Amino acid sequence: MALSARLKTDPDVVVIRPTKNWAALNLRDLWRFRELIYFMTWRDLKVRYKQTVLGVGWAILEPFLTMVVFTIFFGELAKVPTDNVPAPVFYFVGLLPWGLFAKALNMASRSLVTHQNMVTKIYFPRLILPLSSILAGVVDFLIGCLVLVGIMAYYAFSGEMQMAFTPALLTLPLFLLLALITALGVSLWLSALYVQYRDVGYVLPFLAEFWRTLSPVVYSTTLVPEKWRLVYVLNPMAGVLNGFRWAILGTPTGPDAGMFLSAGIAFLVFLSGLFYFRRMEKTFADTI
Amino acid sequence: MTTVIQVEHLGKRYRLGLAPQKYQTLSEKVSNAFSAPLRALRRAQPPKADGADTLWALQDVSFSVEEGQVLGIIGRNGAGKSTLLKILSRITEPTTGSVTLRGRVGSLLEVGTGFHPELTGRENIYLNGAILGMKRAEIERKFDEIVAFSEVERFIDTPVKRYSSGMYLRLAFAVAAHLEPEILVVDEVLAVGDAEFQKKCIGKMGDVAQQGRTVLFVSHNMSAVLRLTQEAILLEQGRLKLRGPSAEIVDAYLSAGNARAGERLWQPDEIPAEAVPFRPIALRLRDQKGAVVETVRSVEPFFIEMEYELTAPIVGLRVGVYLTTARGDQVLTSFDTDDQQRFERYATRPAGRYISRCTVPADLLNGGRYTLGVNASTYRVRRYFMDEQALNFNVETSGAPGMQWPEPRPGVLRPRFAWEIEQQ
Repeated sequence: MALSARLKTDPDVVVIRPTKNWAALNLRDLWRFRELIYFMTWRDLKVRYKQTVLGVGWAILEPFLTMVVFTIFFGELAKVPTDNVPAPVFYFVGLLPWGLFAKALNMASRSLVTHQNMVTKIYFPRLILPLSSILAGVVDFLIGCLVLVGIMAYYAFSGEMQMAFTPALLTLPLFLLLALITALGVSLWLSALYVQYRDVGYVLPFLAEFWRTLSPVVYSTTLVPEKWRLVYVLNPMAGVLNGFRWAILGTPTGPDAGMFLSAGIAFLVFLSGLFYFRRMEKTFADTI
Repeated sequence: MTTVIQVEHLGKRYRLGLAPQKYQTLSEKVSNAFSAPLRALRRAQPPKADGADTLWALQDVSFSVEEGQVLGIIGRNGAGKSTLLKILSRITEPTTGSVTLRGRVGSLLEVGTGFHPELTGRENIYLNGAILGMKRAEIERKFDEIVAFSEVERFIDTPVKRYSSGMYLRLAFAVAAHLEPEILVVDEVLAVGDAEFQKKCIGKMGDVAQQGRTVLFVSHNMSAVLRLTQEAILLEQGRLKLRGPSAEIVDAYLSAGNARAGERLWQPDEIPAEAVPFRPIALRLRDQKGAVVETVRSVEPFFIEMEYELTAPIVGLRVGVYLTTARGDQVLTSFDTDDQQRFERYATRPAGRYISRCTVPADLLNGGRYTLGVNASTYRVRRYFMDEQALNFNVETSGAPGMQWPEPRPGVLRPRFAWEIEQQ
């Protein structure tokens, strides 16, 4: 039987031919290589804190020290209002998803170039590289969450805030997902661009700074004038941060039209990133 | 017999300036965007897709391979062998045509890809296995076998950065060798490692072929091709030129392109962009009187000279030759800075035009046909240029020791040993 005729019935048969512009998402291959996603994530975690004294302590120390600095300069000195929440808690709740996003953006956008020897030597769905870089960051995020519970317990104990379980807390995974989708979407664009333009490497640190200023990390969205609010939430991370503070702290930044707009933009970036990445994927090995 | 590989009208076009230039910065792209229309205007015609700035690394290649067949792929450097393998292993996409594959493609050139120095041998086996496409259960099943094969049992829980390079390579090879793909690709040209390691690769390949799996074997070693394959294809400038029994193809390959008598000149389009700042000019063979010759006498010394230009200084450069028999068996390798003092004197070789010349002493080589290759590199840093088949030449043995007996003498060397006969 001709080989091509067997194609439909035999899963082991692979046809290699030039793909047209907007290549179909090859989910079959991604599923086949699912264990590689796990192993790459696991490798990133294993390697990350090797030969450091503090080890995983860095996952705690980094947001904690940033929080302390913010509390002193923005809270105590500049007296930026923090939606009636103790300043350290307010900042820490913001820094958790922001840290996840910023780290994911940095690692995932560089992932293809960092692993160029893999890209030029073997076949696997390239999507795995940015994907696993982002997943590795989730572990740091979860460790940070434990620290947050500690900080909140301290302030609840001293009576400066209340710590109660609210139904809103159940929506937290959704906002985590939104943060991941935003990070992945932007990283798909940047990692594919980075293969061709090394400029991206220089843009990344600057972009992270810039983006943080535009996001409600050190201040609350409630400080943004009402008439600019709709423009402001075009930034998907605004939606994520507002959602986190609302779900955990009950700030008045809960789901509204603006948040859906944020989420919509996040999905748009994600989908367009996915298609751009797939479209460029076939040239990675030749260009990198 | 089932067909496992079916290649139809395969073509791959590279845009020149894409591959060699590696990458563009945005500003270059912007300036190109401004200058390109002007250039196009000046030429008064739009740039065509098939214009001078594109290169067909492969063009209209069709062939098929049956299950269990061992197919040799031969051709000069740049004939398209590597591009073909890259397409078959799905690293890069073809521009035209298609390939239909039945089964997993594994390659022994992926050795150690994805190894992380901080991880232990055990961890790297799992990681590398997954990268090569093995399932976790499969790796677990073969784990002990892999460790035994690699001979690094004692260090399996040590980070591989503490391994010697030999241990590292053995472990990496062990994983790749246990992938057990339905189609195995062996690119000896790109294989790293010493002769011992290459032997291991070829041995493994023989095993695989005996198990009835399909092997594609790319090599410059014609005796290995003859020994291991029944059929071969010959690629020339991206096209499939011949297919047939290996002996015929090897013959055709050896007799083609060997016409230049005693001199090999490199045209600009034959020099890969990554060779810069090294520019090979010529490789010549001269006899005692200084004439460029294709045939040298074994009883007289002769000279090998490599002419080249450096457009920028290079630190630690060594320029040297490989000598192989026409069938591809290695005879020797020699570099112009093998001598310690000369190496120190030429620690940095300034820009300029050079000739590196060596004398091959009389009474060294046996009669026959030989191939000279050249290599310009800095040890463990970079290979600027390599052409393993730069020049073919003959050694003629009239007057050599033992010529009174007109029988063939096997062996590569024909030295004049100082025999003594003592009557007791």
